Amino acid sequence: MSLELMKEKGIPLDKQKFDWRDIVRMPTSKLDDDALTRVRIILMNGIESEALRFQHACARMNKELQLALARVRRIEQHQQTMINWMLPADLSPLETTIGFEQVAIEVTASVAQHEPDPYLAQVYRFGLLEDFDHMYRFAALMDRVSGRDANNILQSYSDILPGRPTSVEHRAPEDDLRECYDRNKAQPISKLNAVTIMGGEHQTHDYYMTIGPMFADPVARQLYAEIASIEEQHVTQYESIIDPEETWLEKWLMHEAAEIYNYYSCLQYETNSRVKSIWERFVDYELGHLHYVLAVFRKFDKRDPDEIIPESLPEPIEYKSHREYVRKVLAAEVNLRARGKQIIRKEEETPDSPSVLYRQQMNSNGSPSEIVAAGYKWKPGTELAQETPDIKKLQKKVA
Amino acid sequence: MESRKVEQVEVDVKFGAKLSFNRTGIMTNPELSAELIQGAKETIPSSKGDATQIAAHRAEYMNDVLPIGSPPVVMENGEEAPEGSLPDHLGGPLLLDKLGERLAFERQGTRLYEAFLKKIEALALVDGSGPSVEDLQHICEQELEHFTLLQKIITGMGADATVQTPSADIAGVLSHGILQIVTDPRTTIAQTLQAMLNAELADNDGWEMLQGLAAELGQKDLEEQCQRAFEEEQEHLKKVRGWLLSMTLDEATAMEADEEVVEDDGGEANDKMEQPSKGRNKRRKKSAKSSGPSKGRKKRKK
Repeated sequence: MSLELMKEKGIPLDKQKFDWRDIVRMPTSKLDDDALTRVRIILMNGIESEALRFQHACARMNKELQLALARVRRIEQHQQTMINWMLPADLSPLETTIGFEQVAIEVTASVAQHEPDPYLAQVYRFGLLEDFDHMYRFAALMDRVSGRDANNILQSYSDILPGRPTSVEHRAPEDDLRECYDRNKAQPISKLNAVTIMGGEHQTHDYYMTIGPMFADPVARQLYAEIASIEEQHVTQYESIIDPEETWLEKWLMHEAAEIYNYYSCLQYETNSRVKSIWERFVDYELGHLHYVLAVFRKFDKRDPDEIIPESLPEPIEYKSHREYVRKVLAAEVNLRARGKQIIRKEEETPDSPSVLYRQQMNSNGSPSEIVAAGYKWKPGTELAQETPDIKKLQKKVA
Repeated sequence: MESRKVEQVEVDVKFGAKLSFNRTGIMTNPELSAELIQGAKETIPSSKGDATQIAAHRAEYMNDVLPIGSPPVVMENGEEAPEGSLPDHLGGPLLLDKLGERLAFERQGTRLYEAFLKKIEALALVDGSGPSVEDLQHICEQELEHFTLLQKIITGMGADATVQTPSADIAGVLSHGILQIVTDPRTTIAQTLQAMLNAELADNDGWEMLQGLAAELGQKDLEEQCQRAFEEEQEHLKKVRGWLLSMTLDEATAMEADEEVVEDDGGEANDKMEQPSKGRNKRRKKSAKSSGPSKGRKKRKK
């Protein structure tokens, strides 16, 4: 049974307390925990990061909301810390990157399948194939520079294959904007999806911008520079699908609802009991935030929040391998491009279009994503490994 | 702003108007440093105690008793194989853990030597006391052979050679710095050798330990395979150590030569001191083909 947002009050703000030992717990295990636990941790860090980002922007534009925002934001800050600190110290920046791309693939795949608006679903599929390619490029980097197998992180849930080549993902800004949903007509799930994917992509951009300079290898540094640029385009794309006519308070409510939706989704699938208890606690915390913001909303927006907040949550995000779906999308849509707000076929892109010219300029001195993955095919145990009898047997069995 | 300009001019004059010099020491900005030291001396800490408190808190977290990860197990069709699949006398998970460690190390070692080799090629050094492309190619091939040997050993035991074992994970964290140094285009051959020396020292001890473990477990074939790999790794260590020593001594000789030039011609010497490493690279490029340590020393004697 799904959660009823207006009935469930959660934990009130003044009862939401932390201390440093509570916030900083023993992390998860890179080796033993399920890859999808890591996916959930990374996504929820992004969702909380988005909560802070939005609330700061809102505070800068709305003096009367500043105190309420500061109160909620302090708690979001500590929620984000507790979640992000569940990642272990032996998870290297490149391994974490593989985790980030797995989030972008599996979560976006789930969202695209549940999105009722066909145009928005197309936009998610468009972005999905680009992040799918990033995974392949980073896996090649990991294999070829550090001699490690990306599948130790992915645990076979996600494919390591080329998607829409990163080198052709570079677009002129005018080709990154999309049509937005209509705040009065869109279904609640469309609004929740948009906040979720935008938050995930924004933290990916910020993470790559932070860790890119930590690599010594020049191609690694270039690859992070290149893919961070695409993540910036993705943020541009996903924020543009959200109706800018929504009021600040309406947006704040949707952010809180999206947080509940995401924690609730994580809770349905979590296998690590220590992490599960965090999702459980934060569903209650977020319900507390929602009801706090509802009171603020009623005071300032003078509208009935029932028009905005769904009565109950939609079907949770599915944390599983979406391999079959992703391969289907890959086969059908890898050659798509964008022109203005429309997704077009590759053949429709003219040689003098702004994106083609921009792409030519950016790649004029070589393409890091092409260099790193030149001739690359992932193999179990890296491309240096020989095919052992157990792997041959496994392949025969699948065939 | 005005006073900062004046300070900058003073520093520049003091260091011979050089734009690039190491600024990390306390003597770089003596007046600022004096103020800094005075301020620190007057500090009243906000809490009592010393550095041991950090360790005490670390220990408190250890009570949670959560390992880095579990040792590998033999899996059949996605489930743990029944007891006895991996004979007890093999030392089971411990042996697999250590074999997985060596496998990861040799695989990364192959990539490290590939990167090192490309660095040597890119610098196009025609001589010197460091390694040649052929030297590194040979070691690289042996690292790869060791990796594939370990793949065969592990799968031969019925285990999964793609598992990242806890010891492999630890070794990966340890060697992160080595990878950073080798793949950094700014590092010299000598600095890269320093990194590789660390890798070879760890690798030698790793193989020796594995050989000992195999002997202890009565695994004669495995012991012999480890022995052979250990001997090859000893050779790698000897070579890397030799190259590093020779290059370090070469560097010292070159510095002496630089100093002599300074005494002869102060102005020209100042220019050279601005980019000391470039000067030495040029000199090495001029000299003849090379590679072992003894040859390097001979050249210095001339």
